[in-house]
Amino acid sequence: MHPAFSVIFLTTLIGAGQGLFLALFTGQLYSTVRLVEQQPSSFYAVGSALSLALLVGGLAASFFHLGRPERAWRAAAMWRTSWLSREVIVLPAMMGLVFLYGVFHWAGWTQPWLVLGEGALTIDATFVLGMLGVLVALVLFVSTGMIYASVKFLQEWSSPYTIANFIFLGTASGFMLAAAYSALIGNNLVSFFGTWAVIATLLGLGTRSASLMRNATLKHRSNLQTAIGVRHRGIVQKSQGFSADSFNTREFFHHQSLRTLKLIRVAFLILVFPVPIMLVLLGYQLQSTTLPILAFAIQYLGLLAERWYFFAEAQHPQNLYYQQVS
Amino acid sequence: MTQLALVIDLNVCVGCHACVTSCKQWNTSGWAGPMVDENPYDANPTGTFFNRVQTYEIGSFPSTETVHFPKSCLHCEDPPCVPVCPTGASYKREDNGVVLVDYDKCIGCKYCSWACPYGVRELDEQQQVMKKCTLCIDRIADHTLPEPERKPACVMACPTNARLYGDVHDPDSEVSVAIRERGGYALMPEWGTNPANHYLPRQKTHMHVTEEDLQRSDNPLTKEDITVYQGEETMEDVTW
Repeated sequence: MHPAFSVIFLTTLIGAGQGLFLALFTGQLYSTVRLVEQQPSSFYAVGSALSLALLVGGLAASFFHLGRPERAWRAAAMWRTSWLSREVIVLPAMMGLVFLYGVFHWAGWTQPWLVLGEGALTIDATFVLGMLGVLVALVLFVSTGMIYASVKFLQEWSSPYTIANFIFLGTASGFMLAAAYSALIGNNLVSFFGTWAVIATLLGLGTRSASLMRNATLKHRSNLQTAIGVRHRGIVQKSQGFSADSFNTREFFHHQSLRTLKLIRVAFLILVFPVPIMLVLLGYQLQSTTLPILAFAIQYLGLLAERWYFFAEAQHPQNLYYQQVS
Repeated sequence: MTQLALVIDLNVCVGCHACVTSCKQWNTSGWAGPMVDENPYDANPTGTFFNRVQTYEIGSFPSTETVHFPKSCLHCEDPPCVPVCPTGASYKREDNGVVLVDYDKCIGCKYCSWACPYGVRELDEQQQVMKKCTLCIDRIADHTLPEPERKPACVMACPTNARLYGDVHDPDSEVSVAIRERGGYALMPEWGTNPANHYLPRQKTHMHVTEEDLQRSDNPLTKEDITVYQGEETMEDVTW
């Protein structure tokens, strides 16, 4: 497939936004049960604003993918059958919850509604919003992943790994950002978020490597024989029916050399996994406030390459029909 | 239920592209507005077509065969492009099974083209909506046209009658009989899309000439010799 930058930015930005929200609420959960230190409400409010900004950025990027962005509102119609439509509904829902979560923290509307276990767990409005947000974030990850995983003849995508990768890589980048954010404002949650970021990154490494290995030995079910329905080993296309290019030659192929593809794969395997993990560990050792920020930035750059490769790697069966100009 | 479709006879298609040009001519002058054509008389011409004729060579020299292969939307009975459309712009008509795009609802997200394994949906670069073969819905559903003209433009244009058109759900239609009796097949059956359009395979006309056809072993003109010989010269001895 042709890697479109609109979709690359959409999926990486909202992934980081969702992940950051998951990180914020994890922080709140831990501080509620007093496993980590209490944070001021501004920490959650600014964090939510950051998460919201990433989600809005992703949504803005997605508009560049549309031929008719002014009709984008129509895309909510077919949620019964289309994962794209489901994403279009869930993304604004996520934004709304993140917004409310931030506003409730900022306004200090955190009077406990329910206190469980003699003050061990206090449930307030932000707790409920946070739980809902976690649920919606997961649904959004699944919706985004299923857009790709549900196209069964794009065999590189059509696997549960696709969804696992979206969940773990988005979560990893969000926790990295939470660690970077904590380092920037100088609170003591850097190693807490950093640890979770490393765990999510390692899980992502597991599922992404698994999907790379799966795709390396993937046997494509379609070939020229089934494409034109002639049972013969020696079929060669002599003309694709036009002399220059068309939508079919532009949309479904990356037009890069195999070398470039390999280079990008190596780049993302280094930038997404070992480098940020090393930087987080090093930052922990040196008590550095800049290394977690660098870790997030490098991982995000790597995720752009990862997403580019994700698209380029998928081989659409329609390309069987477009192999020879004349 | 009706399922209109094309059956393309690869045995007689000569690859003249008349179906391509007639399709473009009819549909570019239709109600949906022109189909884009960029640099039509220049280097790198590109544009939207509903139908393309491709050419394949099968086998290796000298025993090769050229197959001209017209490809347009197959109007699948289980079209994978329809359920993925987020706006409902892509739909399959209930009454005749034609898969269509509502150009006023399409947002140009291209997801349906990703979800079509055959690559028959093309984004119109000017209108920025997805376009595809309509089976000339504005001809076949137009009751003001005389009956013989209620056919897709490509079917009308084909000089070798390689394109048959009709209802593949009616077992007695020309297309159903052709599929049944002449080995009609669907493209990429592995994805369960159930294409309504079918292709008729190439059929070589073989002449079987046996030795007996050239040299009769039992010549009926040979008279049976019923003489009973007893030691004297026979007819064979005289002849040879």
